[in-house]
Amino acid sequence: MTETSLFQQEYVRIREQQLIETPQWAETFRQEAMNRFLTKGLPTTKDEEWRFTNITPLLRHPFRLPGYDSVSDSEVKGLVDQAVLNDQYDLHVFVNGWYSERWSRSAEVDSAPVFVSLAESIRGKNDSVGQRLIDRATDQESAFVSLNSAFLGDGACIQIPENTKLSRPIHLVFVSTADEPIASYPRNLISVGRNSEASIIETHVGSVDRDYFSNSVTDVVLGESAELQHHKLQQEQTNALHVATMRVHQRANSSFQSHYFALGGSLSRNEIECVLNGEEIECTLNGLYMPSGKQLMDCRTKIDHAQPNCRSYELYKGILDDQAKGVFNGKIYVHPHAQKTNAMQSNQAILLSDDAIIDTKPQLEIYADDVRCTHGATVGELDEESLYYLRSRGIPRELARKILIFAFANDVVQGLSEPAVRKRLESLLLSDHGLPVL
Amino acid sequence: MLEVKNLHARSEETEILRGIDLNIAAGEVHAIMGPNGSGKSTLAHVLAGREDYEVTEGKVLYCGKDLLDMEIEERAAEGVFMAYQYPVEIPGVSNKYFLKAAINSIRKHHEQPLISTAKFLQLLKEKLEWLEMDKGMMERSVNEGFSGGEKKRNEILQMAMLEPKLAVLDETDSGLDIDALKIVADGVNRLRSPDRAILVVTHYQRLLNYIVPDRVHVLAGGKIVRSGDRTLALELEQNGYAFLGAAAASAV
Ligand SMILES: Nc1ncnc2c1ncn2[C@@H]1O[C@H](COP(=O)(O)OP(=O)(O)OP(=O)(O)O)[C@@H](O)[C@H]1O
Ligand SMILES: [Mg+2]
Repeated sequence: MTETSLFQQEYVRIREQQLIETPQWAETFRQEAMNRFLTKGLPTTKDEEWRFTNITPLLRHPFRLPGYDSVSDSEVKGLVDQAVLNDQYDLHVFVNGWYSERWSRSAEVDSAPVFVSLAESIRGKNDSVGQRLIDRATDQESAFVSLNSAFLGDGACIQIPENTKLSRPIHLVFVSTADEPIASYPRNLISVGRNSEASIIETHVGSVDRDYFSNSVTDVVLGESAELQHHKLQQEQTNALHVATMRVHQRANSSFQSHYFALGGSLSRNEIECVLNGEEIECTLNGLYMPSGKQLMDCRTKIDHAQPNCRSYELYKGILDDQAKGVFNGKIYVHPHAQKTNAMQSNQAILLSDDAIIDTKPQLEIYADDVRCTHGATVGELDEESLYYLRSRGIPRELARKILIFAFANDVVQGLSEPAVRKRLESLLLSDHGLPVL
Repeated sequence: MLEVKNLHARSEETEILRGIDLNIAAGEVHAIMGPNGSGKSTLAHVLAGREDYEVTEGKVLYCGKDLLDMEIEERAAEGVFMAYQYPVEIPGVSNKYFLKAAINSIRKHHEQPLISTAKFLQLLKEKLEWLEMDKGMMERSVNEGFSGGEKKRNEILQMAMLEPKLAVLDETDSGLDIDALKIVADGVNRLRSPDRAILVVTHYQRLLNYIVPDRVHVLAGGKIVRSGDRTLALELEQNGYAFLGAAAASAV
C-alpha cells in the first residue's frame, strides 16, 4: 500500500463514519482537494522542491484523524501550561486539531469577537469563509495544502475589521496528544482590515514520544495599511512530523512581519509565501532553526514582488549540531514592472559538528532593472575574536562557546516586539545550552 | 607583580616583540608610549594570552607564577585584565549577562559562591555611577552600536566590576572626549591601590596628567628603548620620537 493511499483510506473512513458533518460546499471542497492530492501524490526527493527532505517514507504508516474525545486532561493541561506566554493574551487552544473552548480564554469585549473557530464558521454556514477557501484552491498548490483541504475540519478564523488596533496579542496553541499516531490539519484564515494592527502567536507542542503528523495551512490577507506581526514557536515533540504552509497576501502600504522559531520535531518543513500586491509594502521574514540529533528542519520562503516600491527583509539563522540537517531556500521573484524594489536576504548558519549538514539556496529571479536586491549566505563557525574577548574576562572556553551560540540565535530574538515572546525564547535558548538565566 | 624578561613574540609573518624587559611592582602605575606599530598592543595581547602570537623567547612572571603557561581565562581569573584598544562587539549577549557570567566564572575559579542577583545589580549600579554611564546600556548587546568613546568607557566598567590585580589599558584615552577622559581617569584612579598594578598604553601626555605614572617607557621596534619618570612623557609630547632616529627605523 502506498503512502498516498493510506491517506485516501483514512479519508474514506472519516466520511463513512461521518466524523465531520458539514454543508455541501465543504464536502465538495474536500473531495476536490482529495482528488488534487491523489493526482499529485506525495513528493519524493526527485521533486526539486523536496530534494533534501525525504518525508514520504515517514508517512508510511496510517495517521488517524482523531475525534474530539479520548484525550487525557492532565496531559493537555501540562502542554497548555508549557505553551502559555502571558495571562493577558487571548488564548485559543486546539487539541489534536480541534478547537477546545475549555482550554481557551479571551477577555470580554463589547464588539463582535475577532476569533471564531473554523468548525463553527462552517457549521454556522458562514459563506464568506467558504468562498475564501474555495477561491484559494488551485491545481498549483502543494500536495500538503491539498491534503490539508481534504481533511478540512477546524482551525482559527481571525477577522479584524477596519481601523482596529488589537490591544492584546492572540495566542493560538496547537496541542497534539494521543495514544496512536494521529494527524491534525489545522486551517487558519486570518484577515487584517484596512488600517488595522494585530499580533498573533502560534505555538505547536505535543506529548513526548508520540508519533504525530501536523499539517497546517494558514492563509493571511492584509488590507491597505494593515500591520501584522506573526510569531511561530514550533516546539513539536521529538517524533513529530510538522509541515506548515503560510500564504500571505498584502495590499498597498501594509506591513507583515514573520518570526519563525523551529525548535522541535523530527522533521519539520515550514513554507511561507508572500505576495506583495500593492505599492509601499513592507515584508519582513525572520527565522531561527536549531536542529540537533537527527532532526531535519526545512525552511522555505518565497517573496513575490508584484508591484513597485516595496521592501522585503529576510534574515534566517541556523545552528546545527550532531547529525542534524538544515535546509534554507529563499526565493525572491521581482516582476518586470516592480521597479524600485528593495529586497534583502541573508541566511547565516553555524555548524557545531562535522556531521551536521546545511543546504542553503537563495533563488533570485529579477525581471525589473531598477531594483536593489542583496543576498548572502554564510556557513561558519564561532567568531574567534569574540571567543577571545569572553575568555579574557575569565569565562572558560566551553561556557564562552555556549554564550556565543546563544548570542548568534538571540540576535534574531532580540528584535521581537512582544516582550513575553522574547523572554520565553531567551530562556528556552539559555536552558537549551545549559546556560544560567539572568 | 609583573616581571617581563627578554620577551620575544611573533605573529605568523613577523617578529613583533624583540626582547622586552619590564618590571611593575604592586601599587605602581607604568605608562608605555611609542610610535604606531611598535608593538604596544601586541605586548598587551601577549600578556592577556591571545593565541595569534607565539612567544619564541623570554618569560613572564605574574605574582611569581609563569603567566605564559596559563590559559586566557585563567589569567583573567587570577586578576589580569586588558582594556582593549578595539573592544569587540558581541551581538546577542547583553552587557549585563556578560558581566555576570564573567564575575561568576572568576568566583568559580576561586571556589567562591556565585554572586546573588541583588548584590550584582547593586555593584553594577555603583560602578555605572562612577563612570556616568546610563544603566540602559547594560541591556544592550556587548559594545554593539556603542560609539568609540562608549566602548572605551565600557571597558573600564568591566575593569571596575572585575577588580583585577593587574590592569593593562590599551589606548583607553583615544576616542574619549575631554569630559569623558576625566571621568574614565577618575574611574581608573579609584582602583589604584597598594596591591594593584596598572599599565597604561597611550599616545598622549594628557591622560598622564590624570593618571599619574610612576614610570614611563618608550616602546619602539618591539623593544623598550627608553624609560624614565613622568617627565619623559612631557618631553615626548614636545619633541616626538625624533630621538629614535635611525635606531628605531632599523629596528622596525
Ligand atoms: N596578528 C598579526 N598578524 C600580523 N601582523 C601583526 C599582527 N598583530 C600585529 N601585527 C603587526 O605588528 C606590529 C605591531 O602592532 P601593534 O598593534 O602591537 O602596534 P601598536 O604599537 O599597538 O600600534 P598603535 O599605536 O597603532 O596601536 C604592526 O606592524 C602590526 O601590523
Ligand atoms: Mg595598539
